[in-house]
Amino acid sequence: MSLYQYSAPAAFYPVAGLLAPWFAWAAALCAIAGLWIGFGIAPTDFQQGEAYRIIFIHVPAAWMSMFIYVVMAFWSIVALAFNTRLSAMMAQALAPTGAWMTFIALWTGALWGRPTWGTYWAWDARMTSELILLFLYFGVVALRNAIDDPRRADRACAVLTIVGAVNIPIIYFSVQWWNTLHQGASVSLTAAPRMASIMLTAMLVMTFAAWFYSIAVALVRVRAIILERERGSAWVAGLPRLQRA
Amino acid sequence: MSTAMALAEHDAQYGVVAALRWSTARDLRLAMRSRSELAVQLLFYVIVVSLFPLAATPDRVILQALGPGVLWVAALLASLLSLPRLFASDFADGTLEQIALSPYPLPALMTGKVIAHWLTTGLPLAVLAPVLGLQYGLEPEVVTLLVLSLLLGTPILSFLGAIGAALTLGARGGGSLLALLVLPLYVPVLIFGAGTADAMRAGLSAAPNLSLLGAGLLIALVGAPFATAASVRIALD
Amino acid sequence: MEFLAMGGYGFYVWGAYGVAALAIVVEAWSVRARARAAEKLAAATPSEDRGR
Repeated sequence: MSLYQYSAPAAFYPVAGLLAPWFAWAAALCAIAGLWIGFGIAPTDFQQGEAYRIIFIHVPAAWMSMFIYVVMAFWSIVALAFNTRLSAMMAQALAPTGAWMTFIALWTGALWGRPTWGTYWAWDARMTSELILLFLYFGVVALRNAIDDPRRADRACAVLTIVGAVNIPIIYFSVQWWNTLHQGASVSLTAAPRMASIMLTAMLVMTFAAWFYSIAVALVRVRAIILERERGSAWVAGLPRLQRA
Repeated sequence: MSTAMALAEHDAQYGVVAALRWSTARDLRLAMRSRSELAVQLLFYVIVVSLFPLAATPDRVILQALGPGVLWVAALLASLLSLPRLFASDFADGTLEQIALSPYPLPALMTGKVIAHWLTTGLPLAVLAPVLGLQYGLEPEVVTLLVLSLLLGTPILSFLGAIGAALTLGARGGGSLLALLVLPLYVPVLIFGAGTADAMRAGLSAAPNLSLLGAGLLIALVGAPFATAASVRIALD
Repeated sequence: MEFLAMGGYGFYVWGAYGVAALAIVVEAWSVRARARAAEKLAAATPSEDRGR
């Protein structure tokens, strides 16, 4: 009895279907709890006023945008090393969610920057790297759509994801270098306010909400991908849900 | 003959150095046959560089500040334009498949292609830069550093671009897809490349930028050919 | 009401959360639509047991 039996799309499909609603509910509960703590319990920040409350969505989204890319890169390595389909399908399922998280991070970051530091976009290291991360996500999705053969697309996107993953630290370092040179001194523009522990708690709970949400969406998407790519095989034809459709 | 001698002879015939020599020579020969294509790329570079002052301002001070950045961005764009040329014709007529099947080590063949690409794209850009620097009123020291940064940086562009060119072989979307894939990877090269001349203008030492470019070149030299070879094999499947 | 005003920062806070919520709704809805379309497509595809 090992977990490897679930590496076949046919075996993973029902498991994903079973797990997705649980993660969705967990995400919803964590979001409610996190927002309750963040808006209802956490005090007003001394320097930033109520505007700081944006961090409860901005920081989790930014963390997820990076975490999802790392997970995508992991599954890409597995897909190339073991030539498995499901790992490539998982990477394929994660990319859009990662892009959405990156977009949310950028948008909320801009709206946080305006009242706090006077500008929507400040070319600071983190936001600029986040923008490039969005382009990396778009690139993976675009390459997937541009190659017709699914297995070839799997491998090409895997290589691209891995090359991108190697580059992300380099990109971040270079942007930070550029930014500190042109900033001159001091101000770290996206430093969160010195955190009362209750703010940290709310942020952590919201991070779990974002994490569970991403898992739920990725599981539903990978189910769709499995059906799209495995249709015509006997196990798909035998699915009871489809026979009712 | 003994095993050692046989291996040595095989290496001499099909080893890394032989592969580099063969691949570079072949690609250079092919490039020389369509010299006009190369000239057009350089003209594109010249025109793009000339457009910025027209769009912005002829103010000398502003142009001096923008100059290195503009020349670098134009180098990026010119590099992107020339990348499809790396594999397109070989892929179309089946030569690339033969190349992949040959006894030469594929990563070495890729490096040879990149060297030939740089000699026909990046190197001319670096040579042209001083002339174009005149348009931006750049001082001699700035121009020297700019050329140095281009000499170090454009090979990196070729190495990274080759990965993108191989990945997009046989994919729809052509040049724009290639640009989307490759430009984020180019960002660090752009930052450190343009930053070299900018550092000098700001009165700081340009050494860190140049060192980082050199390091980047070494990393690209060691890593990129393998990623390119893998991508070519994927495209040929 | 002061909850909506957010100390004068209401535009920014609700602008941020509003678009984030919209993004989540759009993504969740589109992924479910994709799943349903995939089910329909799979139901309509005759079985050949290719297992691609």
